[in-house]
Amino acid sequence: MNPSRVGAVVRKEFAEFRRNRFVVMTASILPVVFLIGPTAQILAIKATTDSTAFDRRVDYSLFLPMLVSVFVPAMLAAWSVVGERDQGTLEPVLTTPVRRAELVAGKALAIFLPALVISYLIYGVFFAITQLFAVAPAAAAVRHAPQFYAALVFIPLLSAWAIWAGMAISTRANDTRVAYQLSILSSLPPVAIAALLSFNVITVDFTSAALFAAALLVIDCAACFGVSRLFDRERLVLGTRST
Amino acid sequence: MGTAMGTVMGPAMGAAIEVSHLTKRFGSRTAVEDVSFTVQRGEIFGFLGPNGAGKSTTVRVLGGLLRPTSGTAAVAGVPVVADGGDQVRQRIAVMPETPGLYLKLSVAENLDYFARLYGVPDRAARIDRALTAVGLAKRAGDQCGTLSKGLRQRTALARTLLNDPQVMFLDEPTSGLDPAAAHEVLTLISGLRDRGVTVFITTHRLDEAERVCDRVAILNTTLRTIGPPEELRRTMFSRSLTVVTAAALPDPEAVFKDLPSVTSWRQAQSAQPTQQDAGQRNTGRAAYTLTVTDPAQAAPAVTRALVAADADVLQIAEERASLEDVYLQLVAGEEKEARQ
Repeated sequence: MNPSRVGAVVRKEFAEFRRNRFVVMTASILPVVFLIGPTAQILAIKATTDSTAFDRRVDYSLFLPMLVSVFVPAMLAAWSVVGERDQGTLEPVLTTPVRRAELVAGKALAIFLPALVISYLIYGVFFAITQLFAVAPAAAAVRHAPQFYAALVFIPLLSAWAIWAGMAISTRANDTRVAYQLSILSSLPPVAIAALLSFNVITVDFTSAALFAAALLVIDCAACFGVSRLFDRERLVLGTRST
Repeated sequence: MGTAMGTVMGPAMGAAIEVSHLTKRFGSRTAVEDVSFTVQRGEIFGFLGPNGAGKSTTVRVLGGLLRPTSGTAAVAGVPVVADGGDQVRQRIAVMPETPGLYLKLSVAENLDYFARLYGVPDRAARIDRALTAVGLAKRAGDQCGTLSKGLRQRTALARTLLNDPQVMFLDEPTSGLDPAAAHEVLTLISGLRDRGVTVFITTHRLDEAERVCDRVAILNTTLRTIGPPEELRRTMFSRSLTVVTAAALPDPEAVFKDLPSVTSWRQAQSAQPTQQDAGQRNTGRAAYTLTVTDPAQAAPAVTRALVAADADVLQIAEERASLEDVYLQLVAGEEKEARQ
């Protein structure tokens, strides 16, 4: 793998993202929405709030921002191939010496890095606001919630899953909107499991959470390999195999 | 592909492109069947054919984008292997039918991206040189989305110059351009010959192919013919002279028989009066078509014979079959048959 070619792809993707209104909106409005709701929930907690409502609000507030780490990369990944095919830029790129692994790595990194930054930023801002302005029990609950620290581990894993699923769909899709919808849908299974864990529907200890994270990591690695195989030039140009 | 990737083919050393029994099928549909041809280094080669003839498919196979169903191909001496032919792709440049530019990026940013993918040294100078070659040096900062279709096509052409390719594939390079822009692009392509670049152009614009190509091939799934445009015209059509006289000759047979290089003659149905003649006189103009073996030898002899016969000669002209005539004979005829 040639790092400078990977860098070229990342650089180009960033330049395009910056000038694409849809991408800018997705990457800015969605995180803000997912920050305002949970933060307001924590700030609305009074010292007199009963314990059931208190726990529900904390669980909800810690889970919701995690969706940003899935939805933002899922939408960007969905566009990554079908979007290029639509605007006719894919074929010229594929006639250059760039290797499929370099193209996959460049496109994935260009989505993964901002997704990670945005997600951690949301959690950082959420943490800072709640610690500064929430009532002491609520701030302490956020500070000591295992979900908060689990989210920091699951954010990159869920983002990676969303990227691989989105890119896999994008290599096969012929319509950008269909790719977006399928990409979001395909991101939901691991999110659903994370939700069940966050809301204590499935009670887990540290070991089982770590095992779930490890399983997700293995799946992400396998998906990376699978997507790389889907970046076959003939398949990318035609949208399918010829024979 | 039978040959290992990266092995330079011995017999193809003199050829820029060597295609042997190439077939490409998409399911039950055959796009290209048993096509074989060779393109020499430094040649401008035209690939002609109607829509759906398999021209773009052939380019995609030669550009390493599609795997041939059977047959082999080598470009710049390297066997073509889809999805693994890095060596081939380093030596070629492909301009697809649509320019394929990132419209939100500037001209320079587009070229910079491709220069990085090719790993060209001294990128800035190379980009500058490519833009200067296509006359876009002053538009480097313009966003591609704001450019006219002709300028986008020129930007795409500049992109193909970045890696100093040995072989360049241009798929319908003047598609959708107005005549002035098409003329500019063709002039640029002609200039590539001087740089020693082998250019493979697919087009269905026959006038363009005739103007810039050293040789042309006519494809309609299978290869129908190949050769220099002039040779195709000569071999497929008999050469003729058109003679127009102010009045019908009393005995044309006596005038035209036994003339050197004239093999036969026939009287055309009618001769249209020219604008100059209109309203001046209603002559009994006559037109004759003479089949000749060598127009240069026949024309003076015919002129002398007409003068000797006291005929008022209005016009003697060589009738040249165009590449379009060749094309229509090879392709349009069979399409008509297929429709019936």
